[in-house]
Amino acid sequence: MKQSPRFLHGWALLLCLASIAHSAITPAAELRIGLSGEVTSLDPHFLAAQPNLTVARHVFESLTDVDPQTRLIPGLAERWRALDALNWEFNLRRGVKFHDGTELTAEDVAFSLQRPLSIKGSPGGFASFVRAVESTAVVDKYTLRVRTKYPYGALPEELNSILIVSKKHALNAGPEDFDSGRALIGTGPYRFVRYQRGDRLELARHDGWWGRRPAWDKVTLRIVTADPSRTAALLSGELDVIEHVPSADIRNINKNKKLRVMQTTSWRTILLHVDQYRPQPPGITGADGNPLARNPFMDRRVRLAISKAIHRTAIAERVMEGLAVPAANIVSPGVFGHNAALKAEPYDPEGAKRLLAEAGYPKGFNITLAGPNNRYINDEQILQTVAQLLTRIGIITRVEAAPMSAYLGRVRKEETSFSLLGWGSFAADLALRSLVATPTPDKGYGAWNWGRYSNTKVDALMEQALASVDRPKREALASAANTLAMNDLAFIPVHHQIVSWGMRAGLSYTPRTDEFTFAHHFTPR
Amino acid sequence: MFVLRRLGQSALTLFVMSALVFTGVYAIGNPVDILINPQADQAEIAQTIARLGLDRPLWEQYWVFLSGAVSGDLGKSFAASVPAIDLILERMPATLELALMAMVIAVVLGIPLGLLAGLKPHSWVGRSIMAGSILGFSLPTFWVGLMLIMVFSVQLGWLPTTGRGPTLDVLGIPVSFLSWDGLRHLILPATNLALFKLSLLIRLTRAGTREAMLQDYVRFARAKGVAEREVVRVHVLRNILIPVITVVGLELGSVIAFAIVTETIFAWPGMGKLLIDSINVLDRPVIVAYLLVIVFMFITINLLVDVLYTALDPRVRLKGAR
Repeated sequence: MKQSPRFLHGWALLLCLASIAHSAITPAAELRIGLSGEVTSLDPHFLAAQPNLTVARHVFESLTDVDPQTRLIPGLAERWRALDALNWEFNLRRGVKFHDGTELTAEDVAFSLQRPLSIKGSPGGFASFVRAVESTAVVDKYTLRVRTKYPYGALPEELNSILIVSKKHALNAGPEDFDSGRALIGTGPYRFVRYQRGDRLELARHDGWWGRRPAWDKVTLRIVTADPSRTAALLSGELDVIEHVPSADIRNINKNKKLRVMQTTSWRTILLHVDQYRPQPPGITGADGNPLARNPFMDRRVRLAISKAIHRTAIAERVMEGLAVPAANIVSPGVFGHNAALKAEPYDPEGAKRLLAEAGYPKGFNITLAGPNNRYINDEQILQTVAQLLTRIGIITRVEAAPMSAYLGRVRKEETSFSLLGWGSFAADLALRSLVATPTPDKGYGAWNWGRYSNTKVDALMEQALASVDRPKREALASAANTLAMNDLAFIPVHHQIVSWGMRAGLSYTPRTDEFTFAHHFTPR
Repeated sequence: MFVLRRLGQSALTLFVMSALVFTGVYAIGNPVDILINPQADQAEIAQTIARLGLDRPLWEQYWVFLSGAVSGDLGKSFAASVPAIDLILERMPATLELALMAMVIAVVLGIPLGLLAGLKPHSWVGRSIMAGSILGFSLPTFWVGLMLIMVFSVQLGWLPTTGRGPTLDVLGIPVSFLSWDGLRHLILPATNLALFKLSLLIRLTRAGTREAMLQDYVRFARAKGVAEREVVRVHVLRNILIPVITVVGLELGSVIAFAIVTETIFAWPGMGKLLIDSINVLDRPVIVAYLLVIVFMFITINLLVDVLYTALDPRVRLKGAR
């Protein structure tokens, strides 16, 4: 094949340009992070999914912030207080600048708290976080009052999830305006440079940020969903940081002198919901294969037997390769309302068999354990292990694992009776409201209480906790409700996940319980 | 006539396809279950489902989709709030570039290697080419992809592990093969995708060559004293190209449609990766639109292949084709 000299010339020019461009855009301080989840939209109020929020929180901030242990700290609001049971006052930090140089005012905040309600096409929007809000009132440029529909102590936690946008830019802007970067103007530590859907988001430092100056001039968030590829990109030095290191790779990365792994207990609790409302739940038969006269799960002794039969330390060490902490609480250690006095049920197969016999099932029975196989760390292996452990005490357990999408469909159709779920929360009373409270649609309780566990005492304590605007009092109530529900085995807790970041040895991160990966929290060491 | 009939068949195929996929995704579950904010209460869940029209009976939802589709509107992605077709078209150049590069690798290496193996079937060269092609057939794509990454990126550090390099716009289409960095990003995934097709082409060309070498016209040409080079070029290669082109055409479609594994492993922002992500959250508009685009593409490629035949084989005429 012959190439014309002109064609060659074009090539040479292109290569030249490429190399010039390359040298010009390589600054000293750049951080390249590999994210594990697909980002669907850059609109911070469109879909409440962790990958979307990870990206959005680099650009936007919220009124209240949470520290790495999920405890509330000031964000855009310097301080806040409950004026009475229904009214709250938020005092904004002064002199906070948006990326376009305009100042943040209470008007922007009021607009941002209302915007999630105006988004129509979202399959999982942010309206839930502001459903308690009745009205907002701008007192002055830096003061906002919020009135709730009912006494609601968890308002500061809920408002942590609502990111504050610029009214000027976001008014009438839809998700497409955020994806293009036009409306993507926040107060956060990084500002938008370039977005390539499904591939990467490039950000540059917002020099006018009020917080401590981040170490990185430029940040690239790359989306690498395949676990082995993310590890490979870290090993090759192409990425400086990866989130959610696959359990199988942690040892190798730790052995590598150029890299390190940093970990903490995640807020995600893995638990098993047990059917406590149907006389004859699906998938359960007696040892002889015939239907049982009553639902064995309704007997606390049976639930305790199941809990005793689960060898949590073996699961944590072997199945999870160290990426789990045995659980006895609805929330992880350190989270609001956690009760450290509750200890994970020790492995006791003999005690479990005795309890089963006492409850009238000396020969055990047959059940089906359902769960996802693509959602939580090693989820299908957990299901298989639990099934084997239960089979050892006479509860012959069959496993039905499916992709999360198909699994949730079955759960919603109430086709499962023993089902695995993972849950992360800022506070025990919020978690109880979703997972344990008696399902009451008009109050919004128990939307994820698949077993329909119902205990009026737990409900009452949880309600009191949520209604308390006095935080110490609220935490005591939440902890009491948590303790009561756990002692009664409202569900069977398995473990809290451990979340890991892999990074260059020269970097440091304060691992976050809420699993978020923030470029501005990485520092050279 | 021929083209018209083809178009009619195509429309029917598209219709059946959309109905099948629509029903299939509906049967799996409800996207709201998986995308909903965990903090949402029962009322909010119900409102969300109603707002997206997912509470209506299947036939009604399908009717809404069909009436939109006729006017070119395939619906908005649930997860991204962007028209599904836009999402796909945005990702298409990346996949096309990857697939074409893979096909170029397969053709440029496959045909000469297959010819060589066919001309010298018993030499060590021929034997090692065939042994290599067996490997290309039998090793799973995801494993080969990871091995390529481990060897060439992690161990040797020659090529990037994942992602698409910088792109330049050519006629408004972003392509990455025009810059050195972009090309470097393209080599590994394209090779990984090409491997299977490469083996296929080697085997096909070899078999065709061996058969052609025994034909009378080849013997006659040789007897006439035509140089061996000419025999291979004019008499052998030309005759085996028809099956080869058919296969290349069909395989190009499958390379585009099923680049999914390679795209996932190499974090290549193409349509395949989009499909996987959409299936995970049951983003029905995107799944349906993607499959419609793929079916449409297969139909077009087949049509083009038929047209190409006529250029290569003077005996084939479109008019008489059945």
